[in-house]
Amino acid sequence: MLAKRIIPCLDVQNGRVVKGINFVGLRDAGDPIEQARWYAEQGADELTFLDITASVEARGTLLQMVERVADTIFIPFTVGGGVRSADDFRDLLRAGADKASINTAAVTNPQIISECAEKFGSQCVVVAIDGKKTGDRGQGVGTWEVFTHGGRKATGRDAIEWAREVESLGAGEILLTSMDRDGTQIGYELELTRAIVDAVNIPVIASGGAGTLEHFYAGIQVADAVLAASLFHDRVMSIVQVKDYLSARGVPVRR
Amino acid sequence: MIAIIDYGMSNLRSVRHAFEYLGTDARIVDDPTTLRNARAIVLPGDGAFGPATENLRGFGWLEPMHEAIARGVPFLGICLGMQLLFDSSQENGEHRGLGILRGRVKKFPRDAGKIPQIGWNQLRVNPTSRFLADVRDGTYAYFVHSYYCEADDANAIAARTEYGIEYASVVEHDNVWGAQFHPEKSGADGLKMLGNFLSIV
Repeated sequence: MLAKRIIPCLDVQNGRVVKGINFVGLRDAGDPIEQARWYAEQGADELTFLDITASVEARGTLLQMVERVADTIFIPFTVGGGVRSADDFRDLLRAGADKASINTAAVTNPQIISECAEKFGSQCVVVAIDGKKTGDRGQGVGTWEVFTHGGRKATGRDAIEWAREVESLGAGEILLTSMDRDGTQIGYELELTRAIVDAVNIPVIASGGAGTLEHFYAGIQVADAVLAASLFHDRVMSIVQVKDYLSARGVPVRR
Repeated sequence: MIAIIDYGMSNLRSVRHAFEYLGTDARIVDDPTTLRNARAIVLPGDGAFGPATENLRGFGWLEPMHEAIARGVPFLGICLGMQLLFDSSQENGEHRGLGILRGRVKKFPRDAGKIPQIGWNQLRVNPTSRFLADVRDGTYAYFVHSYYCEADDANAIAARTEYGIEYASVVEHDNVWGAQFHPEKSGADGLKMLGNFLSIV
């Protein structure tokens, strides 16, 4: 049986790990290689690195980090942030990333999704969607808008429609972050997650808001994988604890 | 020397890294003539079946590969590299494979689950498998694929995995092995399998 995945996320800047709270207030939290090894030993199912360095010059630093991570761990990892073209995407794969995620560039130029899917296969194309609740459809069903540029820029796009579109363009997976929940530790946004999961037939990773073991359980009932950052970095809980908790409740996890 | 075939279709670095970690001289090779001196051959691969066969043909790999397999050189196909060993694939049309193993590559049925299958799934291990020696039944391995191999020869199936349907996740026939998952990305268990392959070599 396919296991539900637990994915620690590491935000990186200039080759170092930082931690995001509501996408602002970053603080240095260590060496990416050491952390990657530690998480792999803890039983992380895969890792996600999000590069928040805005500058093009820092690209080389990121690629070096990706190479070092690839030479350290034997589990899959995804790298996102600053992918502007199929060439950027290819560079990450060449450096050793198993998947790369696209966010802003996918919105401004959706063809990059199909281009990457054709060139490298859908299996490695992750589209990151940052959604923020903007209204209600009635009957308690919300509407969510897609944000880009690390959550700073509204796009006017509906998150559910965008999810359908990225699937049809060839995305292999969606990394869904609730802007409203990110860093709050009050739980994943289940309503948004369910709406996206119901809209597509590709795996969806829920992100933003995990604070307790119950949150992981609730999130994994809806999504294929759950992602968390600060909870793991700050060692509020370990991956082993999360997996023990889920397993005791009948969720298939790899142990 | 273990030759890892570079035909423009894969993340080869991780495969080489895994073999290096196990203490073997593994080289990424882009010249088909190097297969003459290889102790073992690894055919990795991600992406689509059609372009992969075109690349293998176009870069002149087919003949040296068939020749090495006929000489008994241990051969391991990973992911798409396993699928390529079969007769044909239905990925984006009908494509001919290497025809080393009998069977075909088909898309997961729509109701099997999310496509692609991404993540850790379990192996129903055939205890006689050499590739899976000391790998316990129910072990998780990392899979990423939308198509699966339908093997005609049940004796060639060394492990099965369930994803809506049950399919061959490891095949083993004489000196030819195939893994649908990525052993180089399957943690300690995956390394054990690659170690088993090396001990055969």
